Amino acid sequence: MRLFLKFDFNTIAKIHLEDLLAKSNVKFKTISFGEIEISEKLSTSELSDLTNSLNENGIDIIENQKAVFVQKIKDAIIEMIQTEDTVMVKSSVFLSEKLNHSYGYISNLFSEITYTSIENFIIIQKIELAKQLLTINDLSLTEIAFKLNYSSVSHLSTQFKNTTGITPSSFQRIITKRKELANKK
Amino acid sequence: MSDLIHIILADDDQDDRDFFSDAFEELKIKTKVSLFNDGQQLMNFLLQPDCFLPNILFLDLNMPFKSGIECLHEIKTIDRLKDIVIAIYSTSASDEDIEETFISGANIYIKKPSEFDTLKKILGNVITTNWQYQTSGLNKDNFFMKL
Repeated sequence: MRLFLKFDFNTIAKIHLEDLLAKSNVKFKTISFGEIEISEKLSTSELSDLTNSLNENGIDIIENQKAVFVQKIKDAIIEMIQTEDTVMVKSSVFLSEKLNHSYGYISNLFSEITYTSIENFIIIQKIELAKQLLTINDLSLTEIAFKLNYSSVSHLSTQFKNTTGITPSSFQRIITKRKELANKK
Repeated sequence: MSDLIHIILADDDQDDRDFFSDAFEELKIKTKVSLFNDGQQLMNFLLQPDCFLPNILFLDLNMPFKSGIECLHEIKTIDRLKDIVIAIYSTSASDEDIEETFISGANIYIKKPSEFDTLKKILGNVITTNWQYQTSGLNKDNFFMKL
């Protein structure tokens, strides 16, 4: 005997999804196609359990997963810049080893979500760190250039000017005068 | 960058306003641009207690009724508004004048370009950098850009 079947994929997916959510003890308000609204906020571990059980059944959480991964990339970059030993390693090598994906994958995903490239993000972060060091400590630009692994102080200076449009010394003047102004109030 | 980015421009020049909103329409970033014709109109809007706050506010310097600098000073004295990222959008000025706007609390100084493509590039750069400050935990007190 042979039966011929016609599938309504929406209904099948919905029933299947309801079943999975019930098994994971997730309370939800509504399921529409490709979207669930969950009643309570899930903890990180609950969310990762749910993500795994959905994945095993051929369902991926889209946007959120990407955003989570982008956050991991950012965290790795910041760690790389702030740890002085790792700056010697090439950033593409560091990131692909740290995140267990090819650099091409990491870099494409990053650009897709943030509209900026990893290279550009690294420069922004380094210049931010340079600004922080310029305001907090009494370090000279030469010392900062060395600390951030720039080949020379002029390289840092140029990158600072290219990124912000102002020179490091103009930056320092602005910060100092802003502080004076705030103290007057 | 899935959320809509709210942008406000106050500029008394019709052509500059059109040029500005056209540039955002051609950028691939999802934005909502609101336009005001002078500083007074802008402040009337911002001072409504329940108005939405923009992710970034562009101010022309020379405007009737209330200049960009007056708006900047006023915004910085109001707790609800003082953290808005402010971009001065003006014709050229001396380096000292530009530094002065930064000291007064502006984050960005854009010299209005004459080429449309240059404007698009500049605005794209400003929006993505601003986005980094809003999403990557950078210190906004150190946010200065001159273009």
